[in-house]
Amino acid sequence: MIMIIQTYGMVLVKALGQTVLLTVLSLVFAMIIGMIFGLMNVGHNRILNFIGTVYVDAIRGVPLIVLAYFIYFGVPQGIQQMGFTSFKLEPLMAGTITLSLNCGAYMAEIIRAGIQSVDRGQMEAGRSLGLSYSAGMALIVVPQAIRTMIPSIINQFIITLKDTSILSAIGFPELTNVGKTIMGNTFKNLQAWAVVAIMYMIVIITLSKVSKRIERRINRGR
Amino acid sequence: MADSRNLDSSDVSAQNKISVRNLKKNFGPLEVIKDISLEVTEGEVVVLIGPSGSGKSTFLRCLNQLETVTSGQIIIDGHDVTDKHTDINKVRENIGMVFQHFNLFNHLSVLKNMTLAPVHLKTLSKEAAKQKAFELLERVGLADKAEAYPSQLSGGQKQRVAIARALEMNPDIMLFDEPTSALDPEMVGEVLAVMKELAKEGMTMVVVTHEIGFAREVASRVIFMEGGYIVEQGTPEEVLDHPKEARTIDFLSKVL
Repeated sequence: MIMIIQTYGMVLVKALGQTVLLTVLSLVFAMIIGMIFGLMNVGHNRILNFIGTVYVDAIRGVPLIVLAYFIYFGVPQGIQQMGFTSFKLEPLMAGTITLSLNCGAYMAEIIRAGIQSVDRGQMEAGRSLGLSYSAGMALIVVPQAIRTMIPSIINQFIITLKDTSILSAIGFPELTNVGKTIMGNTFKNLQAWAVVAIMYMIVIITLSKVSKRIERRINRGR
Repeated sequence: MADSRNLDSSDVSAQNKISVRNLKKNFGPLEVIKDISLEVTEGEVVVLIGPSGSGKSTFLRCLNQLETVTSGQIIIDGHDVTDKHTDINKVRENIGMVFQHFNLFNHLSVLKNMTLAPVHLKTLSKEAAKQKAFELLERVGLADKAEAYPSQLSGGQKQRVAIARALEMNPDIMLFDEPTSALDPEMVGEVLAVMKELAKEGMTMVVVTHEIGFAREVASRVIFMEGGYIVEQGTPEEVLDHPKEARTIDFLSKVL
């Protein structure tokens, strides 16, 4: 194990950096996607509800690795066949799209549930004062919904961080992928995967601790 | 001829704060309001009583369009709120509403609860809104609660803040939807006192309540509703003490 850390320490840290980069990029886009589709599902416009439901159902119905293959191998071929023969997706790009779409669907559900957990009377009180629907959402409903959403959102962050490992399948040089390389080079399977596992654990436990602290701070204001 | 008739009808709505014509409201197959017409003049305090499920609250919520109507017309201050082209948000600024469950914004202090709408809608500057909020809190006896959060208040205090919040928009009509029904008995009085004060100052009010004593003391008109219709209306004395309709008599015998 010492030998692996000595030889591959820098490589592993760099890989962890790639994992974190992919996670952060995906989370940013997932939040945007989640907000849009979550709000679409909360409103009373049937067409928007339908689009939102189709998106969430489609993503939930496809295993992540299949989605990754579809976006990395499938979509570029489709676009090439349409005449853009030089079109290519980098693994980072494909990985970010895959994880954003995946995490975005779950985020949409978290946001929808959070908003619907706020009593209807809150919006009605806002409207009765003359506020528009969007002002009521932005100033009254969403700030209250966020409180209930934060634990689930952080949980989803952690799941997404772990899901990056699946993108080793499309050759993205994240932590799991590098773990495979080290295993191949050294045949020290036990030690290699122990190091990789511990590295994931350190990041995730840190994230959990931070989330607990945030949760506590929010609840204090209640 | 047609012109003069139009003029007449607009004259009527100019005098009246609220003018409701042949209002109907269905929830799916359920007819909650079957046919209601009502005129409320400036400064009138109209109290709606009746058994639960009679459509009182729904009627009240139609007035500021928290419920859309199935058919009929509602004219508030000369604005037809049932018309899709009316800017309903603008009309609502002049109609305060107080809810059974207070509906204070739980994430905001009392002061922020009150200043949120006027500041956002720019009817008052931040400073003016703050000052007005303090004046109103003084009036409802809660000057020391400006920085408190709703969860730190009793039911009666919450409802008084809710009334103050509605008044902060300087409305000329106030709607009350069972404002004391969710309160412990010992807190009913403090809320009714604030409402009485408002009535005395000439506020146009429509109140749904089970407080017959309040109706008797404050109402300029009492309306008894049942089954989606107005069954009987008149002065408190007429309706509460000398009801003519059998259903009114029956209802009053149960609540008095």
